[in-house]
Amino acid sequence: MKKLMVLIATIAAAGCSSSTVEKDYDAEVVRLINSDFKSKGSVQIEKFVQQDEVQKLCSQDGELSQDALASIRDSQMKTVKYPADDQYLGDWEKGIKIANNGKGGQFSDKPGSVSGGNCFGCHQITKEEVAFGTMGPSLYQYGKLRGNSKEIYQYTWAKIYNAQASIACSNMPRFGHAGILTEEQIKDLMALLLDPESPTNK
Amino acid sequence: MRLIGQAILLALTMQLTVSAFADDAEDNDIYAEFLEDGNPAEFSEINGEELWKTKAGPNNVSLEQCDLGKGPGVVEGAYVELPRYFSDVNKVMDLEQRLIHCRMTLQGLTQEEATKQPFSKPGKASDIEPLVAYITAASKGMKMAVKLEHPMEKEAYEIGKKLFFHRAGSHDFGCVTCHSADNKRIRLQNLPNLLDKKQAQKVYATWPAYRLSQGEVRSMQHRLRSCIRQQRFPNPKYASDAITALTMYLAKSADGAVYAAPAIKR
Repeated sequence: MKKLMVLIATIAAAGCSSSTVEKDYDAEVVRLINSDFKSKGSVQIEKFVQQDEVQKLCSQDGELSQDALASIRDSQMKTVKYPADDQYLGDWEKGIKIANNGKGGQFSDKPGSVSGGNCFGCHQITKEEVAFGTMGPSLYQYGKLRGNSKEIYQYTWAKIYNAQASIACSNMPRFGHAGILTEEQIKDLMALLLDPESPTNK
Repeated sequence: MRLIGQAILLALTMQLTVSAFADDAEDNDIYAEFLEDGNPAEFSEINGEELWKTKAGPNNVSLEQCDLGKGPGVVEGAYVELPRYFSDVNKVMDLEQRLIHCRMTLQGLTQEEATKQPFSKPGKASDIEPLVAYITAASKGMKMAVKLEHPMEKEAYEIGKKLFFHRAGSHDFGCVTCHSADNKRIRLQNLPNLLDKKQAQKVYATWPAYRLSQGEVRSMQHRLRSCIRQQRFPNPKYASDAITALTMYLAKSADGAVYAAPAIKR
């Protein structure tokens, strides 16, 4: 009996201390971000302390449950705003420039400067651009392989607008939802991927 | 020095454009060939040793009595045990925080003077970069061995780990975004998976490094600041506790690695 009591006490103490400790580290992280970083322009400390639901869930060390992943996809799909004029494709030549531009949102960037998508940083897209990254899948011949249905347009738009809507905890930024790219810029990237004349599809 | 660096860089660029296409191509292996003729970081190490031994500041003393964790004046093997808890200040410090502490307490510099020009720019030399090169070089060949014995050391590690996984900001990035999978790259730059012990060891043990693209020896503080900038995080304060916590997490991840810096990198 005495042994059992000790065992229960040990389990209780262990459970209690581990949860307290865990909580403290979270508080310490917030304290350190507040004290050890400097806000500048659009890069504000508050944004790094106050994570949204997706950021909070995707910051965990370990796998999320299938339910949690599905709820992220559902909530993020609701944020997607399709183009009001129903025109999905802009100018692929402008799209290449946006895909090459890695600026925007860094503390070293001039406030108010135009942000890019830096797509080549992670994806192969055209045959001509050889300095591409491999974080994401190759998008070479994206449109040629998928065709030009409205369904594909909307799927692709949603992917660029909010990547978390299709893959929860994706590494890809939510370009539309986070306001990194404008609707016009997303149209230009859509053209880069889907316009039959774009080098992506040659 | 900068010219030498750029000349080597030019030669390497051609080699890189070919080899970077193989995902398993390691930058370090490519640069290793050039080390036979000497790493320009050696000039920085010699310069740093001189700075360490030269009397300076209002107190006109050298840094030779600085305690980097292994007792006053012991430089050899100090870096592989950093960051660590220091009882005289009751906190965990990384190398650069400790250097600032010594420059203030021994030499009598103000905090502003002791942290001036942590990273050199063209025409503006840094005293800190060569000092870091000298001190880290004195741990070459030794095994990474941060201790995590003191509760504050454990706390720094846990906070650093949380910071590593912390996704936030406009782009939802965190360290984990780019450094948690094998064989990935941004543009042509290979990305080490820091959750993999071997890769974490290889990377951590080769910083600081003489950077050919910059013509200087760059410290861990500089490397992390660049990552944090590209993550779209706010600008970290130099030698802050947040950076030390992150460094503690990375240093522990590299436990047991044979230390081989200052190295040479792109």
